[in-house]
Amino acid sequence: MTRRLRMVRAQRMPIVNAMLAFVVLIVILQLWLLTATMNAYLGGDTTTVVPAAFGSLACLGLNAGLLWYLFRLD
Amino acid sequence: MIQSQREVDGPRDLDHATVPPDGRPLADQPKWRRDFPIDWAQDEYVSRRELVKFIVLTSAALTVGQFWIAFKNTFNRQPARLAGERIASVDELSVGGAKTFTYPEGSTPRLLVRIGTTAFVAYDQQCTHLLCPVVPAVELGRLHCPCHNGWFDLHTGRPLAGPPQRPLPKVLLEVRDGMVYATGVEESAT
Repeated sequence: MTRRLRMVRAQRMPIVNAMLAFVVLIVILQLWLLTATMNAYLGGDTTTVVPAAFGSLACLGLNAGLLWYLFRLD
Repeated sequence: MIQSQREVDGPRDLDHATVPPDGRPLADQPKWRRDFPIDWAQDEYVSRRELVKFIVLTSAALTVGQFWIAFKNTFNRQPARLAGERIASVDELSVGGAKTFTYPEGSTPRLLVRIGTTAFVAYDQQCTHLLCPVVPAVELGRLHCPCHNGWFDLHTGRPLAGPPQRPLPKVLLEVRDGMVYATGVEESAT
């Protein structure tokens, strides 16, 4: 019987920490995007609203993908 | 020959500082036991993982906010449909003259300015910075907020200088039969 080699949780900690750093960076980017879009929208500039929404969606997709990978590790 | 317990059981999973009651390795344990570990190192791992999950939820909330702005932008672009209302006669104001009015009834004060023989503009009189009343400076082609020295363009309502960042809401006008009618309000005059 072959047993699949797997990392123990202590070995996976650096991966989780790296993920955490990525996810936090992306969320900060999203927060900046939201405030910048809101500022532009209230100032009457609506050209950035839709691209910013899809940009934010892409960031969410990236975050969700990282989370999915993290849960797959366990 | 005496064998150690380790040799009998085989190599133990390194995640196991504390052995579960059934003695099986962590990978074979049910999910609830893996998610509520006893050992400090494992607890740290799970809490860090749950933090990532929470931050991804925050990311989802920010995306919802972003789409809410897009939704508002799509469905609120049209100026408010209001009934037309006569607010002044053309002869009432000389070129460069101004008067205040409310439109619709009970609104914040609006400012009507005659900028040419047949040209009128009207805006909300409240400055978009801290709601001080703006005054027309027709000779400069501007509206001035004296409270914090803010300036707006008289023809478009856009902020030009000082603390205001947003344009003055614009009242849509129609001139016919020697009368000036207000026909709607445009919240973002650009």
